[in-house]
Amino acid sequence: MAVARIRVKLKPTVLDAQGAQVRHALHSLGFEDVRDVRMGRYIEVELPDDADAGQQVRAMCEKLLANPVIETYEFEIAVSDQRSARS
Amino acid sequence: MRFGIIVFPGTNCDADTLWVLRDVLQQPAEPVWHEDTDLSRVDAVVLPGGFSYGDYLRAGAIARFSPVMRAVSELAAAGQPVLGICNGFQVLVEAGLLPGAMMRNTGLRFVCKDVHLRVENADTRFTRACRPGQRLRLPIAHNEGAYYADPETLARMKANGQIVLRYCDAEGRVTPVANPNGSVDHIAGICNEAGNVFGLMPHPERASEPLLGSADGLLLFESLLDRARAADGMKRERVMV
Repeated sequence: MAVARIRVKLKPTVLDAQGAQVRHALHSLGFEDVRDVRMGRYIEVELPDDADAGQQVRAMCEKLLANPVIETYEFEIAVSDQRSARS
Repeated sequence: MRFGIIVFPGTNCDADTLWVLRDVLQQPAEPVWHEDTDLSRVDAVVLPGGFSYGDYLRAGAIARFSPVMRAVSELAAAGQPVLGICNGFQVLVEAGLLPGAMMRNTGLRFVCKDVHLRVENADTRFTRACRPGQRLRLPIAHNEGAYYADPETLARMKANGQIVLRYCDAEGRVTPVANPNGSVDHIAGICNEAGNVFGLMPHPERASEPLLGSADGLLLFESLLDRARAADGMKRERVMV
């Protein structure tokens, strides 16, 4: 099996209201040197370790996991010999 | 005009929409379950408000892949009217039937209140019962209503008259203070290039009877039916409560 670790981020040109709020919160907690906070989504997808797993994950990101109008994505795939703990 | 009101898991404004179309406007209207792939029995589609798929991942992101959406796309491509209200607007944007994207309200709060809207384009099939610049009062209730489009898309939309409704104040002025969610250019409702697909964040189905405080929403539905009157160039004025 393989696990794709996917990070979906807002494009830098898009306003991140949540990130700005978290930055304010960090400042009031005393972390005053925090310059910026941007928040995204982290998704793990477990799938068979096929040769085209990377292509599949890319297609998943393009079609569903990321909104290409406002988001970018990146991922890496880790191969595991062990079965998922849930199966 | 026969209306089909699409119901996804999590949709909750279908009953109100059905009430307005069937009981207030006396039009044939029926709910259409999201797994139904045949829309040949309807002339127009409404995607109502709610929380389809719990807004999981992104609002409308999963509903756009429901089986019924292929038929909705074909209906839209054929030039039939498709109206998306709130979550319905989000689904249409995710499906690419309308440009841009919807984001979390910049104030990060769920906003539930009446807003004023200015009709920026009274020539669309959904606004021809309105006067250009007419002020409408409709309620909003959303957490992810900040409409976004990049500058090039926005410029194109403006040139094509695709910006249909903007948030304004009680005097009809479009200002940042009147914008409840941080939408770019204070946009509340848009249409596609062909003008047959229309999405708006406010709820016209909650403002279609004077008893509810405003019947301005009825104008948008009536516009779809108002062919003969529109052709005459006569626009009715509705008294705002």
